[in-house]
Amino acid sequence: MKILVCISKTPETTSKIKFSEDATELMEDGLQYILNPYDEWYALVRAVELKEEFEGSVTVINVGPASNDTVIRKALAIGADDAVRINVEPASAMSVANHISDYATGKDYDLILLGKESIDYNGSVMGAMLSEFLNLPFIAHASGLTKGGDAWEIERGITGGTERVRVNGTVVVSAAKGMAEQRIPNMRGIMMAKRKPLEVIEAENKASSLETVGYAYPAEKTAVKMIDPNNMEELVRLLQEEAKVI
Amino acid sequence: MSGSDRFQSHDYYLLDELLDEEHLIARDAVRSWVTQEVSPIIEDFAERHACPTHLFKALAEIGAFGPSLPAKYGGGGMDEIAYGIIMQELERGDSGIRSMASVQGSLVMYPIYRFGSEEQRLKYLPKLASGEFVGCFGLTEPDQGSDPGGMHAHFREDGDHVILNGSKMWITNSPIADVAVVWAKNEEGVIQGMILEKDMPGFSAPEIHGKWSLRASITGELVFEDVRVPKANILPGVSGLKGPLSCLSKARYGIAWGAIGAAMDCYDSALRYSLEREQFGRPIGGFQLTQKKLAEMITEITKAQLLAWRLGTLANDGKASPAQISMAKRNNVLMALEVAREARQIHGGMGITNEYPIMRHMMNLETVLTYEGTHDIHLLITGMDVTGLNAFK
Repeated sequence: MKILVCISKTPETTSKIKFSEDATELMEDGLQYILNPYDEWYALVRAVELKEEFEGSVTVINVGPASNDTVIRKALAIGADDAVRINVEPASAMSVANHISDYATGKDYDLILLGKESIDYNGSVMGAMLSEFLNLPFIAHASGLTKGGDAWEIERGITGGTERVRVNGTVVVSAAKGMAEQRIPNMRGIMMAKRKPLEVIEAENKASSLETVGYAYPAEKTAVKMIDPNNMEELVRLLQEEAKVI
Repeated sequence: MSGSDRFQSHDYYLLDELLDEEHLIARDAVRSWVTQEVSPIIEDFAERHACPTHLFKALAEIGAFGPSLPAKYGGGGMDEIAYGIIMQELERGDSGIRSMASVQGSLVMYPIYRFGSEEQRLKYLPKLASGEFVGCFGLTEPDQGSDPGGMHAHFREDGDHVILNGSKMWITNSPIADVAVVWAKNEEGVIQGMILEKDMPGFSAPEIHGKWSLRASITGELVFEDVRVPKANILPGVSGLKGPLSCLSKARYGIAWGAIGAAMDCYDSALRYSLEREQFGRPIGGFQLTQKKLAEMITEITKAQLLAWRLGTLANDGKASPAQISMAKRNNVLMALEVAREARQIHGGMGITNEYPIMRHMMNLETVLTYEGTHDIHLLITGMDVTGLNAFK
């Protein structure tokens, strides 16, 4: 069983996000980065579990600069066998999907896994783009994944219940909560990761039709407003006019 | 009981840039482990004066026991900086949890690895690394603390065994230990180390109750009444005080790093509290006296981090002297204790409750200031090192 897991690097969730003065760039100074939790906790860990159960190999792939190697090594410490980094600055989801599909084409993976979204831009589009470029079926937001005979058996949450699907052949699956439990790498795994292969592939960035023209901070949270319980009219007015939720 | 763990690390001098990938991954792994396994339970165990013994196996699983020992014996094969960082993150959770790991790794596994025979290594080290065995280290005695050379524990030869008598005091993990590395004098008065197993007749390990510090760590005595120890259990590779002292150097090195973790937890909590707590219509972090405390805390933490990092590079090169380790242990533990005290003040009345980790760290650090060489003894080690004159006696 050959599994490819796509991983990305995202700012640590408690990092303070700062933009340049003209708000066109994300300032990376002082930002701490982590392996995107959906890629790590669910996609990668499930891939490693499947490898342990059925034998095979897990390759992780990342598109990005050399500074991403720390999160890639962490993926290797968790249990991936080898890693590939496409050495370009990720320009857009489309560009990253293009690079990964170029790499994966012709390599006969049985399964391509990735998190349902990255926690920075929350695009949730990588899986769909990748499956389109690779001409493979795509199951999004899967909360369960196992092998049943020759087919993949996949679960995903739907309104009011769970949907189960079977897919024959290679499939792209984006992983959501429930697919696996976080695995903390142990010290031996961390040391073994140093010796696992990390192939760096030089590439030219793909043309991207997307350009980020600016960023904005969310509105600051305001203090809680206390409303007299006898003044229901004021409560309704505020919910309609200020909160705009009714 | 404390709420969710909101710890954020602080790296004022960008020291992460001095660390290797493996250090950063190990640091984040142990930090995640502490957040998941230690933070949710530690106030409760400390309050009940109970040791979370289930964490021995869990510490073993993440590789916190003997991380710098070779993989052949169950260690992690990591460097000394990685070992230090692991201790820092464990002590960020609690000094008692760090003590569990540093006793097992530095005071039990290390002497068996360094001074033990190959048979002893293969017999004990993998089981200690996996947490199947809990170990303890017997050096301090009821009447011999800072002066271990005057120890009373002694043994005499009896065929292929020795007969051990005496007692040890303030022994972390002893009541639950499967094995003990014990230092005692032979008939010529020379100190030697030996490995005792818990079921040896005449060997007991009563618990010491009533501690107001390291309450989540179990401490006891070791009592030897004509214990017959096979000669094969004597550590062949060392005799004299340098045996136990080299183990202490290893553990003190870990404490120099560990104390930073406790300080970071106190500082982080105080900084957050100072920004959330309002008095006179604005956050107390905006007042000069609070800023003085916070600025001095992060300054001292940063200095301690630099000291530990440099000591780590020296240790990796095999050049860290016992006196250099003493300086770092002494400086960093007092630093942590003073940071805890300042953090307590910033938290006001809340600082004395178990809603925050401050008092627990502060009480723990009173022990850390004293064990593994007291604050004053470490000063005398530095004094002797720079003057060449012995002020111990």
